[in-house]
Amino acid sequence: MPKNPQIKRVLVLGSGPIVIGQAAEFDYAGTQACRSLKEEGVEVILLNSNPATIMTDGDIADKVYIEPLTVEVVEQLILKEKPDSVLPTLGGQAGLNLAMELDESGFLREHQVKLIGTTSRTIRRAEDRQEFKDAMEKIGEPVAASLVVKTVEDGKAFADTIGYPVVLRPAYTLGGSGGGIAYDEQQLIEILENGLRLSRVGEVLVERCIAGWKEIEYEVMRDGAGNRITVCNMENLDPVGVHTGDSIVVAPSQTLEDKEYQMLRTSALNIISELGITGGCNVQYALNPDSFEYCVIEVNPRVSRSSALASKATGYPIAKVAAKIALGYTLDEIPNVITGKTYASFEPMLDYCVVKIPRLPFDKFIGATRTLTTQMKATGEVMSICTNFEGALMKAIRSLEQHVDSLMSCDFSDLSVERLKQALQIVDDRRIWRIAQAIRLGIPQEEIHRITRIDLWFIDKIAVLVEMEQALKSQAPAEQSRDGKQPESLPLLDEDLLRAAKRLEFPDTVIAELTGRTADQIKEMRRQYGITAAYKMVDTCAAEFAASTPYYYSVYGGRNEAVRTENRKKVLVLGSGPIRIGQGIEFDFCSVHCTWAFAKEGYETIIVNNNPETVSTDFDIADKLYFEPLTPEDVENIVNLEHPDGAVVQFGGQTAIKLTRALMEMGVPILGTSAEDVDAAEDRELFDQILEQCHIPRPKGQTVFTADEAVAAAGQLGYPVLVRPSYVLGGQGMHIAVSDEDVRQYIGIINQIAQEHPILVDKYLMGKEIEVDAVCDGEDILIPGIMEHIERAGIHSGDSISVYPAKSISQKTRETIAEYTKRLARALHVVGMINIQFIVCGEEVYVIEVNPRSSRTVPYISKVTGIPIVPLAAKVIMGHRLKELGYEPGLQPEAKYYAIKMPVFSFEKIRGADISLGPEMKSTGECLGIAENFDEALYKAFLGAGIRLPKYKNMIMTVRDEDKPEAVELAKRFEALGYRIFATLNTAKALQAAGVHAVRTNKIEQPSPNLMDLILGHKIDLVIDTPNQGAEHSKDGFLIRRNAIETGVNVLTAIDTARALVTSLENAERTKLTLIDIAQVRRRS
Amino acid sequence: MKAFLILEDGTVFTGTSIGSQREVISEIVFNTSMTGYLEVLTDPSYAGQAVCMTYPLIGNYGICYDDAESERPWLDGYIVHELARTPSNFRSQDTIQNFLLKYDIPGIAGIDTRDLTKILREKGTMNGMITTDEHYDLEAVLPRLKAYTTGNVVEKVTCREKSVLEGTGKRVALMDFGAKRNIARSLNQRGCQVTIYPADTTAEEILADHPDGIMLSNGPGDPKECTGIIREVRKLYESDVPIFAICLGHQLMALANGCDTHKMKYGHRGGNHPVKDLATGQVYISSQNHGYVVDTEQVSPQVAVPAFVNVNDGTNEGLSYTGKNIFTVQFHPEACPGPQDSGYLFDRFMNMMGGNQ
Repeated sequence: MPKNPQIKRVLVLGSGPIVIGQAAEFDYAGTQACRSLKEEGVEVILLNSNPATIMTDGDIADKVYIEPLTVEVVEQLILKEKPDSVLPTLGGQAGLNLAMELDESGFLREHQVKLIGTTSRTIRRAEDRQEFKDAMEKIGEPVAASLVVKTVEDGKAFADTIGYPVVLRPAYTLGGSGGGIAYDEQQLIEILENGLRLSRVGEVLVERCIAGWKEIEYEVMRDGAGNRITVCNMENLDPVGVHTGDSIVVAPSQTLEDKEYQMLRTSALNIISELGITGGCNVQYALNPDSFEYCVIEVNPRVSRSSALASKATGYPIAKVAAKIALGYTLDEIPNVITGKTYASFEPMLDYCVVKIPRLPFDKFIGATRTLTTQMKATGEVMSICTNFEGALMKAIRSLEQHVDSLMSCDFSDLSVERLKQALQIVDDRRIWRIAQAIRLGIPQEEIHRITRIDLWFIDKIAVLVEMEQALKSQAPAEQSRDGKQPESLPLLDEDLLRAAKRLEFPDTVIAELTGRTADQIKEMRRQYGITAAYKMVDTCAAEFAASTPYYYSVYGGRNEAVRTENRKKVLVLGSGPIRIGQGIEFDFCSVHCTWAFAKEGYETIIVNNNPETVSTDFDIADKLYFEPLTPEDVENIVNLEHPDGAVVQFGGQTAIKLTRALMEMGVPILGTSAEDVDAAEDRELFDQILEQCHIPRPKGQTVFTADEAVAAAGQLGYPVLVRPSYVLGGQGMHIAVSDEDVRQYIGIINQIAQEHPILVDKYLMGKEIEVDAVCDGEDILIPGIMEHIERAGIHSGDSISVYPAKSISQKTRETIAEYTKRLARALHVVGMINIQFIVCGEEVYVIEVNPRSSRTVPYISKVTGIPIVPLAAKVIMGHRLKELGYEPGLQPEAKYYAIKMPVFSFEKIRGADISLGPEMKSTGECLGIAENFDEALYKAFLGAGIRLPKYKNMIMTVRDEDKPEAVELAKRFEALGYRIFATLNTAKALQAAGVHAVRTNKIEQPSPNLMDLILGHKIDLVIDTPNQGAEHSKDGFLIRRNAIETGVNVLTAIDTARALVTSLENAERTKLTLIDIAQVRRRS
Repeated sequence: MKAFLILEDGTVFTGTSIGSQREVISEIVFNTSMTGYLEVLTDPSYAGQAVCMTYPLIGNYGICYDDAESERPWLDGYIVHELARTPSNFRSQDTIQNFLLKYDIPGIAGIDTRDLTKILREKGTMNGMITTDEHYDLEAVLPRLKAYTTGNVVEKVTCREKSVLEGTGKRVALMDFGAKRNIARSLNQRGCQVTIYPADTTAEEILADHPDGIMLSNGPGDPKECTGIIREVRKLYESDVPIFAICLGHQLMALANGCDTHKMKYGHRGGNHPVKDLATGQVYISSQNHGYVVDTEQVSPQVAVPAFVNVNDGTNEGLSYTGKNIFTVQFHPEACPGPQDSGYLFDRFMNMMGGNQ
């Protein structure tokens, strides 16, 4: 069937800010789909509130709206742009939900707009629990015994009939929000109450628990003519009970024999046909490990995280094909661009094994529960490819960048056999390390399997790795002889052993550690034996057809397929690895734009990255893609093969920056700012010297290594002080200390991970925080704009509301900032990007941080100023001058818009995490509010962040003493808006004294009715709770914030954020939204 | 123990011996299925060939004898990247290593199977030797490899005696050229009483049993070698009995009607090949195992018209015989291993025989 000629203008819905459960994969899918649509001559109108995405670039879609994803906005946009169709299946659950609401209200029909990709009936049948169950029953596909309930009573009654444990799944929520397994009635009530609240339609499915079964997924595609294929199947290492987003997943399935594989494949095809899906679909199964019994867990009638993973695992571009299908093409008409010979109507065959490991945020949320459940907690993931499972697992582990590089990295050696057996029952992010330790202690594999329900095949593979550790360890000299002996005098390792270890992807550093040698010695031995990494191609067809797409992974013990190309200048672009708090999708945006800029100048581009969710790991972004861990050894192997003319590290966040020194040692020129200058910005003493030379003030500070030194430093500086490790991103480990005890505690936390770098103790200044991104060509500097944070210093810049252009600083301050930026960029010999954070106290400007690299705010500031910062920086790095590129150096004229970047958090997903904001970054994503006036921009930003007020016009205030005067002012404004304010004793007194009618409420530990009852009573819209600084966080405050978040109540922990919100609410009534096509934003000059 | 795979073009792969340590010369082919290795091992169509599995991790779920497609492995040799040391599946009864030993099948593991596949893809299917003799003499081996032909392997794999699979429905005569078990099973599941005949049975003998339909099975080797069978198939064609044929059976029916077949460069072996039903335009993913193909250009529309075509390379995948109740396909609707998408063709055959009464 050829393309439907009636489809000319398509509105594509994006997925909004990055939250847990809805991350970069939708930028990848959306970008691919938009390009695919444009390729067909279709005009693309894009709506996505997330400015950090590539899909919101002017060159990806024809019209780009970075506006809140609400029904009102979509309706207004449809009226304005008059698309003939809406494609909702690429924007995750957010996109689907919006489309459903528009369809149900009749708006689409009324304006003759079609839903393409999938119909609302299909969405309903896949998403609505009861309709889904009915559809499955109709075609004889088994689902676990279940009932949709709207009340806790019904849930209790049903659970009594099917017996505990039961699984609870709220309808229409993201990443299983609010779901869980209840083992008894108490847990059932708790989870169910919460789930009913979170569900858009107030429904929760109560289901027979099939925990312990194998969890298997199929990615299937279907076209309008009814042709169907499976792209890939995947097996979760973790049995049912852990959200697939938090599971270690392997593709293809490993322990399914053909009858099981085909049984589920046929089932998936029957389901996609019955639901009438046109496009991609993900079907999740639970398979009884002891029979052919299975049940369908869930169907996602859209592209998903799993489909992104399947695309990268197989080379089959699901989103692209889905977009073509939406236009009317059939699978046998869509060419497979990888082979160029075959069509999309085939099933990829893998001749390798893929392992995905989730990136969990427990390093950020130290107090959080690490347990993995049906509620997803991962912020991102890594993928690796190898011809054996063990190797793929090892590569994925070291890709995580969580200080793990082998199965020895988490130490459980203090546990006895009995204790360890008990600990094996814990399902958290460290489970495979416990299994490895269990194998070391000789606990039989069968027993480990009985406890963990993880298939023996996987346990045996972990055993293979443990056996290799032991074999390598046996080569280490005995302790006594080691004392005197230098590693140099030790004999070479056995060649076969070394080959075997490398085949299993043991890094040189780990082999060195186990054998008592140095990593350099291991490298030298490998050179002597000729043990080198070879690269194989991902070609969708297991080598059956010649493929031309250079998408590679490494193996040891095979013939190399990657050919070194010589004719063009060649640049290596290092990606940013897994999405984590503090290093998100923004850096992928930068890496991709950098790659494109180099390609435009005729360079051959090579990307190295390990994140399957991103655009940068799409096979047609760079000339070559190496899907590999970002460690010095893995990168060196690529360098040895490719001999790039240079590497770019500025755009891949801290992941890439960390590789700078290693790259230099490999002899790869660092393009742009040199490694020495990167160091100078990070090394406190060097940096202080530079600031002094430039006559730029900074808050006083010292460099320390020990707690005693830190306390002494704090004493000299005077509290409060800021304590943080150097060389980190996202303020990890950064704390405000108000006492010696705080300092000691924080140093202890920082030192839990061995520090190569010193710790910084700075005087904490309370002032306005200002941020600047600039491009420097070594001489001239271009500053696109100045951003100002709404929250005062002390809250991480990534968690602050950021306003462009800065509105509350004087012209003189602006000039000072521009001048300091220029001085610093020159002093650091910056060629390319620099990011500087300032604190402004009155007219005084202090520098608090300098990052000689691309930052989180670059995509945002690029879009709102219309200045393509990354391409400019890339050109400068290639040797161009700003002036020759047509830019007048200096601070650029302000745009005629206010653009506000609003952080978005995923606190409800991480049980036990403290949500109060501070110097450590906690947000997972951001959205934009852009408008000609500040109030509208702010309103849009709050709307985009999903803060929908008011429902009940009830709020709670509990603020620390120093905030009380400001709290009064805020309370008055809220009261004027009709809010009823509940407050605890002290806050209530302060408010009442100032004439606010605050209702005094008992604290949590006081008798009911207290604050907790209010929150759990679901009558509260908003909690404003400003915690005390320092380690002395009250338990009460923590409980209030947690409970509020978990019941879906908005919580603000900074007085400045609260002020911004009330301002926005005051304007809400008279704010009429004007939608802005950001593709048209140009500099006013 | 070390083992060597020596190809006709002089390429030598060094790996580890699996199964029997016997030396074998064979045609080397590759199969891209990711599951179903036992079905591949026991598919009689691989007689005269050594099979390289492109999926690198083989043996993960062990051996379940119920899944065998014939009573023993028929292939000459087995080539894998890695053999699982600890299989895991609730139905697993044995390991591949034991299975190969039990039937004296030699094999090699630990080689770069992707590299081998690429060689076969580029240069075409070729002969090779699996040996554990470290002192092989390449000069002497290569001429022997070149001289090897699979010969008439149908004789080797067909059943020795006629047998019957009881059923109360239609009576189907299954010509066993090396039939996979699931062909008979698929018919039997539809109620058919299936009588399985050795490949050298005459048409007269089969027709004398008055079957409601005749099924021509898959099988190994070059179809043109089966001159005797082709003559009998021609006689079956001339009878009015409905005929359904799979793979070799499809090729033999074409040859019996004056069509030609040729050897493909490296064949189709795997479970992911898209075939288009030309009557409906529908595309199905099929299980395939063939090295020869019918030349459709020469097929006169008076004799037959193409019914299925391969979406990837446009080769013929099925014929519908003009004026006859005869339908043949190149791929494997019986699956095992592979997708079950085209299983509906057995229903079509049931209809050709007058439905399920």
